Amino acid sequence: MLEQLSAWFEGVKAEFILNFVEKNRWKMLVTGLENTLIITFFALLIGMAIGVVIAVVRTTRDQTRQGKRGVGSALLAVADAICRIYTTVIRGTPVVVQLMIMYFIIFASSDNGVMIAIVAFGLNSGAYVSEIFRGGILAVDKGQMEAGRSLGLNYLQTMLHVIAPQVLKNVLPTLANEFIVLIKETSVAGYVAVSDLTFAGNRIRGATYSAFMPLIAVALIYLVLVMFLTWLVGKLERRLRQGDNR
Amino acid sequence: MKKLLALVLTLAMTLTAAFACAETLTMVTNVSFPPYEYYDGEEAVGIDVDIAKAICEKLGYEFALSDIDFGACIAAVQSGKADFCMAGLTVTDERKQMVNFTDSYATGIQSVIVKEGSDITSVDDLFAEGASHKIGVQQDTTGDIYTTGDIEEAGLGTVNRYQTGNDAVMALVSGKVDCVVIDNAPAKAFVEANTGLKVLDTEYAVEEYAACIAKENTELLESFNNALKELIADGTVQAIIDKYIPVE
Repeated sequence: MLEQLSAWFEGVKAEFILNFVEKNRWKMLVTGLENTLIITFFALLIGMAIGVVIAVVRTTRDQTRQGKRGVGSALLAVADAICRIYTTVIRGTPVVVQLMIMYFIIFASSDNGVMIAIVAFGLNSGAYVSEIFRGGILAVDKGQMEAGRSLGLNYLQTMLHVIAPQVLKNVLPTLANEFIVLIKETSVAGYVAVSDLTFAGNRIRGATYSAFMPLIAVALIYLVLVMFLTWLVGKLERRLRQGDNR
Repeated sequence: MKKLLALVLTLAMTLTAAFACAETLTMVTNVSFPPYEYYDGEEAVGIDVDIAKAICEKLGYEFALSDIDFGACIAAVQSGKADFCMAGLTVTDERKQMVNFTDSYATGIQSVIVKEGSDITSVDDLFAEGASHKIGVQQDTTGDIYTTGDIEEAGLGTVNRYQTGNDAVMALVSGKVDCVVIDNAPAKAFVEANTGLKVLDTEYAVEEYAACIAKENTELLESFNNALKELIADGTVQAIIDKYIPVE
């Protein structure tokens, strides 16, 4: 029994050394993780920026009275139409396809794979984030805007100081969910020769022909990343809720 | 007694016949490697596919093909998901530790594809001191293994690894990489399909192609090798190769 156990342990140890220690293969995972984090972080920023802009445009258009004439409302109507088309196209196509279109068609002349991946995932995330924010804004009672305006704040001031803080609190759980999805979505970056974490795991698999260790290692790293993010968002959420307990 | 014997015999014969009919050999490959395997319409064809079919016929098995990532092929054979792999697979020592290789049925040459007018004029330019090239390869192929060691780890450039050889060539066409290191036969097919590309005259490496079979399955290895030997002897293998790679 003890012999069997130690034989099993030796086997696991040999597998571990083959997959991670030999030829410094663990370094592949480290650079892969770096790329995954870089892509996720910047895609997140782009997605947030696009999402907020679209959400504001679309709710502003929805809340202003229809049939109003003037340059401003005409511009708003055009912007709203563009936003709708963008959301439809991005949400209607798989992210891998978008990534390949970016890499092989739109940015055909660029050789910076990480940058292209950031743009592709950022644009993709933007569509989903915009809907999250739109929902968050719509959830804030109309009376809040009316109260702000009647206190002498203009539209933008009311949005920034009255509506936005409430929106942030509303959307935080769903937004965190989108970020978690984004981290894992970047795992398809390998399709365009970007060495992200999943791709690094696949390279180890391709070199050692063993499936267990590289796949489990990659899975564990993603899991730890997501758990860390969840913990961070949980802390932020608790902090934001402090004002609720009176 | 005689009747009983006859009954048992017929039963045994029908059983073996039924068994032989039902049994399939599954070949695993990555169908993106012309002319060894590629899709002609819906059907996978190519040198590997035709040789595999001929061997299965000789051994009395049904032939089945499963198209997966190149990097997963050896693992699929190892884990018994497929019976054998023919994918323009080069015999290497590292792979030998995982699976058994059959006798070789073709010679492969690693070639370099560049754009016409490229400053890379021979393979040696890739290894020149101070060189810094972007090299495109198909992930986990010998082209990947060689260039990772010879060029990336030697600090002579970077290697971009694509899912298929075709993706690597597309990256070359749009200027994302300076050259593509890939087996000679598909290299020729890719150059023919795209304008403005050429294959360098000097070769990167010469290697042997063979099918691989799981270590435990020595029985199949033996019969596979015997069938292959016969097919090489009667000229079938050469005829198949000539069909896909016309002699110039």
